[in-house]
Amino acid sequence: MSAALEVWNPLWWVLGVPLAGAALLAVVPSWRIATWINVMVSGVTLAVSLGLFHDRPPPTPMLFIDDFNVYLVVLTAFVSFTTSVFSATYIARETQAARLSDSHLRFYHAMYQAFVFTMLLALTANNIGVLWVAVEAATLTTVLMVSLYRTREAIEAAWKYFILCSVGIGLALFGTILVYIAAQPVMGAGIAAMAWTELMPRAAEFQPDLLSLAFVFLLVGYGTKVGLAPLHAWLPDAHAEGPTPISAVLSGLLLNVALYALLRFKMILASNGYTVLPGPLMIAMGTSSVLLASFMLYRRGDIKRLFAYSSIEHMGIVTFAFGMGGALANFAGLMHMTMHSLAKSAIFFAVGIISQNAGTKRIADIRGLTASDPLLGWGFLLCVLAIAGLPPLGIFMSEFLVVTSTFARQPLLTLPLILGLLLTFGALLLRLQGMAFGEPGKDMGHPRPTRTGSAMVLVPMYSHLLLVAIAGLYLPEPLVSWFQAVARLLG
Amino acid sequence: MQALHFDIAHMIDALVLMMGFGLLYQRRLRSVLRTFAFQATALAAAAAWQAYIQEAPHLYATAAIALFFKAIAVPMALNWLVQRLGIHRAVETALGVGPSMMIGVVLVALSILLVLPVTENATALTRESLALAMSVVLLGLLMMITRRNAVTQVVGFMALENGLILAAVGAKGMPLVVEISIAFSVLVAMILFGIFFFRIRERFDSLDLHYLEFYRGERQ
Repeated sequence: MSAALEVWNPLWWVLGVPLAGAALLAVVPSWRIATWINVMVSGVTLAVSLGLFHDRPPPTPMLFIDDFNVYLVVLTAFVSFTTSVFSATYIARETQAARLSDSHLRFYHAMYQAFVFTMLLALTANNIGVLWVAVEAATLTTVLMVSLYRTREAIEAAWKYFILCSVGIGLALFGTILVYIAAQPVMGAGIAAMAWTELMPRAAEFQPDLLSLAFVFLLVGYGTKVGLAPLHAWLPDAHAEGPTPISAVLSGLLLNVALYALLRFKMILASNGYTVLPGPLMIAMGTSSVLLASFMLYRRGDIKRLFAYSSIEHMGIVTFAFGMGGALANFAGLMHMTMHSLAKSAIFFAVGIISQNAGTKRIADIRGLTASDPLLGWGFLLCVLAIAGLPPLGIFMSEFLVVTSTFARQPLLTLPLILGLLLTFGALLLRLQGMAFGEPGKDMGHPRPTRTGSAMVLVPMYSHLLLVAIAGLYLPEPLVSWFQAVARLLG
Repeated sequence: MQALHFDIAHMIDALVLMMGFGLLYQRRLRSVLRTFAFQATALAAAAAWQAYIQEAPHLYATAAIALFFKAIAVPMALNWLVQRLGIHRAVETALGVGPSMMIGVVLVALSILLVLPVTENATALTRESLALAMSVVLLGLLMMITRRNAVTQVVGFMALENGLILAAVGAKGMPLVVEISIAFSVLVAMILFGIFFFRIRERFDSLDLHYLEFYRGERQ
């Protein structure tokens, strides 16, 4: 390929736009302009990433795009775009309450785009070392954003997140080095022994025991970032104490990116064939996450923590599904990953506005949402029902697929899974009832948002909800065949 | 000639491991920092030696980062932090020195037992370096778990990282080692900055009664 074509590689644009946006936002002094630049940059990123469907560039030594990551790239670009729209309203109201200074906001917007860049880099990296560096950088940018409010709680949450995830990615690096050592005798020293596209076809020749050892480190390392029990301790704090737009992208996107890294390594193990089976390890961690989170949900008093634990539960389900493997379970896992991203970020949009209105994150102080603000309240209610797995919405469909495909092969494993799902359903309904109905509580927080302000929350939230509802009722044929192709790829 | 090369490489690696035990043994913060500086110096020597025998000049950059950043700048910064923040000079241990050393020995045995059988295909250089590097990683983890205050935890994390860099330079011809050590240095710099900026003296989830007044997540 000639050098001129190289410049027009769409992947450079997908990565370059948020990076340039971060640099630009770091120098824009006015936060009002910055929120709009943030929205526009995210919109352009989304548009460029949609172009990847039509024009898929050939792999380069550092970057590549295939059936699997193209859908995560588009999902990431989409959710970060809608979140940037929500963030504009959220930030405007926070500044009215003078919780954030101008320099903090400049920093926030620059970090937002830098974070999007690191996630997209991790997803498109063709090199296991670049992937690792990107996940590490994503940790750094989010730590800075979680500590944005500078309260004692926020700093404690950020510190805990930082230390636990630093150790996690340290162990992931050790696993990465082990994969390289396994590949090096076959592939020869150099960059080829770290590239996905080169590793996959020759994975069968690698030393299987070394790959097994590597996978254990990778599972513990990247598993910490996915928030799998018992490595989840950082997750609820980090979600609860940061700004709400960050909770939305952490839950909806970053957890997926970490899981993506793990799945790529699982693909290498699967095509090797002589290693330990990664499935049972993932099933064990997935089940324990689902059960732990479903019990923890009952005692939450803080609305953002409640949904953070729900994220642990859903990532547990997804990990369980991929652990089961096979075409149907992988299909269910991919679908659940998408549905969870959309529904959970929509919930955090609503939660951001609700807790700003109420002036508190205590569930007990939030009442009568459907009466006080019907559009927001009912939307929130529907989103929570969706995440709890009420039919016929999308999450019910994917959970149903996970359960049935498991039942067909390992009936006993469905018992803890179904128990976890039912407990979660009960816990969420219990909390939801108090929040959605009854006499509206007195608003102690910010003044109500303006019409445009609330539209900028409601439109992203309802569009996510609509996608989840449509996916539950009807999946278009191309999408199904494409999910199936990826599911086969995952082995 | 090659055998001599390997022997020297293993000797330097073993020195890094020895310093890992030294970190568990020290009871005073100042000595912990000094031991860490020695470990980082040994790591720099290991990286430089690998650069020489593998004929990989980029590893000299890794050695330079280890020497100037980790062996000189970081211990100086931590010493300054300890004085500035008035952190306890004695190391608070969750597990005594004796038992931690014993566990350390078990961990080294474990990594040798794990690594040697699975690396039969690899060259002798990679094999033993990897076993030693994994021991250093596990000792770093052990130190993070058994030592209480923030500075010793950070030192534990950096010792873990030394083990990772040791593994990376030992893997023949591994690309991106320099980039990875830069990425780690940024991480460590951020941690130091965080300690200073937020005046974090203790790990937050310690059992010290003094810190129970802190926010514990759910109580409201």
